[in-house]
Amino acid sequence: MSQVPTEYYLILSAIIFVIGALGVLMRRNALIIFMCVEMMLNAVNLSLIALAREFGQLTGQIVVFFVMAVAAAEVAVGLAILIAYVRHRDTIDIDEINLLRG
Amino acid sequence: MQLLFFLILAAAAIAGALGVVVSKKPVYSALSLLVNFAVAAVLFITLQAQFVAVVQIIVYAGAIVVLFLFVIMLIGGDLPGVAVRPRARAVAAVAALVAGVLALAGLGYALVAGSPAATSGAVPGNGSVQAIGEALFTTYLLPFELASVLLLVAMIGAVALARKDST
Repeated sequence: MSQVPTEYYLILSAIIFVIGALGVLMRRNALIIFMCVEMMLNAVNLSLIALAREFGQLTGQIVVFFVMAVAAAEVAVGLAILIAYVRHRDTIDIDEINLLRG
Repeated sequence: MQLLFFLILAAAAIAGALGVVVSKKPVYSALSLLVNFAVAAVLFITLQAQFVAVVQIIVYAGAIVVLFLFVIMLIGGDLPGVAVRPRARAVAAVAALVAGVLALAGLGYALVAGSPAATSGAVPGNGSVQAIGEALFTTYLLPFELASVLLLVAMIGAVALARKDST
């Protein structure tokens, strides 16, 4: 059975990661920046799973499982902080968020 | 045939990723994110990772995207004026270009040099629930328990942060 080479998956993963990084750097909406971070994590998951197949081991998939758990925790806390901030200052523009500036 | 399938999926994944970055409204971004995650789940299945694919659908497409949509609904999410930071745009474009070229160059070098010990074999148990479960409850038992504690802490923290009288 001829399967798609692992390198193709890695290249796709790199492309999605770079698009996500571009979004984090360019957008001002904190929500969309969050989504881009999730997308970058997902791109890394894709490369981990591709390498798990490449080496015929299960470890990569286990690592992806833990990455997902940490991502879920991160999203829950991050969005809670965002909601608290909106309640406080009524903006999610990251150029306006400077509460911790001295 | 498989390559064609992969290319279609890859195009869909990249389109979803671009949609997240480019969309004016956060709702469209969230839906593009959903497309990206769903396509990623299909890619996981093609990579012999059934369990992870199902978890991807449940956790990412189910929980995380719905959470994003709830928050967009709660706080409006619309930002009047420019959606992109004007000055940062050029810097970001250059940075992303450099990162992309570096990543592709690294991969190209690896392609030329040949990957080490590329067995390209089958994943044990095809990444089924049984195989993953056995590894999780034997070799990776401690990280598994720690992950549960992490999730509990995150849950308590989120509730404490988002409560109305806490701020």
